[in-house]
Amino acid sequence: MALSRTFMQLRPIVAALGRHKVATLLIVLQVALTLAVASNALFIVATRIVHLSRPTGTDEAHIFVIRNGWKMGQNAAQIDANIRADLDTLRHVAGVRDAFSSQGFPLAGYNANIITRLKLEPDQKTRAQLATFFASDEHTIDTLGISLVAGRNFRPDEITAIGPNDKMSPPGIIVTRSLADKLFPDGSALGKTIYLPDGPAAIIGILASLQGPLKHSSPLDGYTVLVPTHYLDPAGAVYLVRTDSTTMKPVIAATLKALQERSGVRIIDPKEGVFTMAQERERAYADDRSLAVLMSILSGLLLLATAGGIVGLSSFWVSQRRRQIGIRRSLGATTGDILGYFHTENLLIVSGGIVLGALLAFFANLSLMHVYELPRMPLYVPLLGALLLWLLGQLAVWGPARYAAKVPPVVAIRTE
Amino acid sequence: MGGYYVVLALRSSARSKALTALVIVLLGFGVAACMVSYAVFRATTSDPLPAKSSHLYIPQIDNVGAAYNDQGEPIETLSYIDAMALWRARKASRLTLLYATTWQVESGNPLIPAMSLGGDAVTADFFSMFDVPFRFGGGWTADDDAQRATVAVISRHLNETLFAGQNSVGREIRLDGQLFRIGGVLEDWNPRPRFFDAGSHGTVYAFDDAGDIYIPFTRATDMKKDSTFVYCPTASRQSDTSHWDAYLHSECDRIDAWVELATPVDVDRYREYLRNYAGEQQSLGRFSWAPNIRLRSLTDWLPYWQISPSTSTLSMLVSASFLLIVLVNVVGLMLARFMRRAPEIGIRRALGASRSAIYRQFLTEAATMGFVGGLLGVALTLLGVWGAGGLFEPNIARLVHADTSLIALTVLLAMTATVVSALYPTWRASQTQPAWQIKIN
Repeated sequence: MALSRTFMQLRPIVAALGRHKVATLLIVLQVALTLAVASNALFIVATRIVHLSRPTGTDEAHIFVIRNGWKMGQNAAQIDANIRADLDTLRHVAGVRDAFSSQGFPLAGYNANIITRLKLEPDQKTRAQLATFFASDEHTIDTLGISLVAGRNFRPDEITAIGPNDKMSPPGIIVTRSLADKLFPDGSALGKTIYLPDGPAAIIGILASLQGPLKHSSPLDGYTVLVPTHYLDPAGAVYLVRTDSTTMKPVIAATLKALQERSGVRIIDPKEGVFTMAQERERAYADDRSLAVLMSILSGLLLLATAGGIVGLSSFWVSQRRRQIGIRRSLGATTGDILGYFHTENLLIVSGGIVLGALLAFFANLSLMHVYELPRMPLYVPLLGALLLWLLGQLAVWGPARYAAKVPPVVAIRTE
Repeated sequence: MGGYYVVLALRSSARSKALTALVIVLLGFGVAACMVSYAVFRATTSDPLPAKSSHLYIPQIDNVGAAYNDQGEPIETLSYIDAMALWRARKASRLTLLYATTWQVESGNPLIPAMSLGGDAVTADFFSMFDVPFRFGGGWTADDDAQRATVAVISRHLNETLFAGQNSVGREIRLDGQLFRIGGVLEDWNPRPRFFDAGSHGTVYAFDDAGDIYIPFTRATDMKKDSTFVYCPTASRQSDTSHWDAYLHSECDRIDAWVELATPVDVDRYREYLRNYAGEQQSLGRFSWAPNIRLRSLTDWLPYWQISPSTSTLSMLVSASFLLIVLVNVVGLMLARFMRRAPEIGIRRALGASRSAIYRQFLTEAATMGFVGGLLGVALTLLGVWGAGGLFEPNIARLVHADTSLIALTVLLAMTATVVSALYPTWRASQTQPAWQIKIN
């Protein structure tokens, strides 16, 4: 009932707006710009939050990383012996659950020796499948806290040792399920032979999931290979250590103390040489997080500014129309009618702004897609923004409208 | 008269407190958002070498072809083969080849543990081309380059660590086990971004501090030092990297090259030389594609490689839109404010004030509000710049700072913006018909 009466007022509302063309246009423009900017900004926030929450598939809360540099002049055999001795030391530190050595770690970012190419036939002419790999041993699965869904873990006697310039062709490798399914869509990957750049390898195990060392989403996501080897880079090795409890500080200190025993062979940077996976995650996505926070703050301010503008102009209109309101009231209009009038008026104006703003939002998104690597904005983003603005408009006009509804009918006959 | 209008403005503001406060708060936030974004933007896009940036050029030669280049653009670094070809050709007045790498550093002092430190392998012209300041000693000569001399230049910071800040020229340090004579100690030198070795150090690390050690390029190559960041076609070890010599002469791109060219004619000539060189390589069968070369100046190169983080440009864009929306808002509020004063305007006009006097009065009023909004903006900007420390990565956050120019710009922006947005409302106010207003209604 009240609603139909409100809509009967549409004609006079539109006619009244016609008398305030500029002010109406200003609110429409403001709502349109707000929708265009806020929906794009919030969309950017959403894409960044996807980065932030990108899982590595590992037990990050219990893992820390040691970047261990080797002193110059050690040959491959010495480095291999160092790694074996270090791993033995690490695994016996109180509070350490397990450890292994690798050439990379999750979230490390791009590096030249983390990528390998896989072929199904030795002389395959089509493009090889790219994947990232971790040098691993029989402790890798336990250290990372990942799980096998099929096949078996490496055996200690399968672990080899290779340098950056040696051929990498292990007899057996472990791959993630997504890589296995990509290579063998029929699900028959286990036991099959595939070809690394340097030779064939059988798939002996399949992991549920594991991210490679890349930190940003890429086409390689989830395509990870475990290669059973110690990586003898003369520059250094990476030790990944899983602890029993999440209080890692004492364990890290104990670990470093234990490694101190053979300090002559290594260089560990006191500042950047040891870090937890949590710290690494923080660092890897610092840029995304700051952008997300910044855009959220700006969007919030933007919405507040728009609400403020609506309150300001509506109050002005109310004060301008006091006499008219008084006349309507004395002719029988209820306070509900007056409230309805202003809310409907606001709905009309904001709707106009939303139509214009949705168009602007899409054009802005299109041009941002060219400059930044942004995906196309799905329809629901401006739709959500529109809902938010409708709500915001109604809330903003609520105060002035209530003030208007309080105007007593006597104003109509009073001269100011 | 201006002073009187300011007093009038303050008086009318006191009468409509809520509306005035709203305008000032909006302005303050709008301007502050812009200024904080601008402070970050300024920090990340500043020219690292303003005196020379338009004379320093980066030669790029596509040696990997369409399959592996960067969407048609040559890789930012050169292969060793091409770098040496440019070096031997001597077609530019000055040329520097360099690459970022790391060394294990030991001094004679047994109390200081061995460290792994970064720096660059550079040719002799490096120090003069990039105006690198010396505290003690100096660089080395082209002769030293040719003789693969074991001479090193170290940073002031490393000199403090190893030699307690004393003049260490002539003393020795051990890099990767080899003895080097210290030829010079730098002053604090930390160009932002770290442009000079961006390709071989990795463009994502452009805001890292400059390294601590510089040694001759030829000596570093003899020591088989590799670049920090290497682009090998396909990363599938298609190039044979199993032996240093084979690796050195592979198609892996890993060397930053810079040429100094004084005049546009020189630039054209050098570009022509690069094209001919690439054409030669094509006819020799090394390249199976038409010459694909670039010669960008440092000024053009910085935006091209988008070294500045996308965060700063995006926030600049959104903040500017925010200010625009605030201004639309202010136009509306000013309109309300001025229209409400129609009776006052009517009386002033009836008493003989001209339209231009009305203009002056209301624009002064706008400027006054803009000034107050600007002051609030300054406070918020300072707050925001302080808060930027928690928002951005530390190596960018510490570049962001407020100075007098930023503060002046804030107030100026606020005042200009308010006056511009008051133009239409003022015009409307000046159109007020005196007769209508002084008639008793």
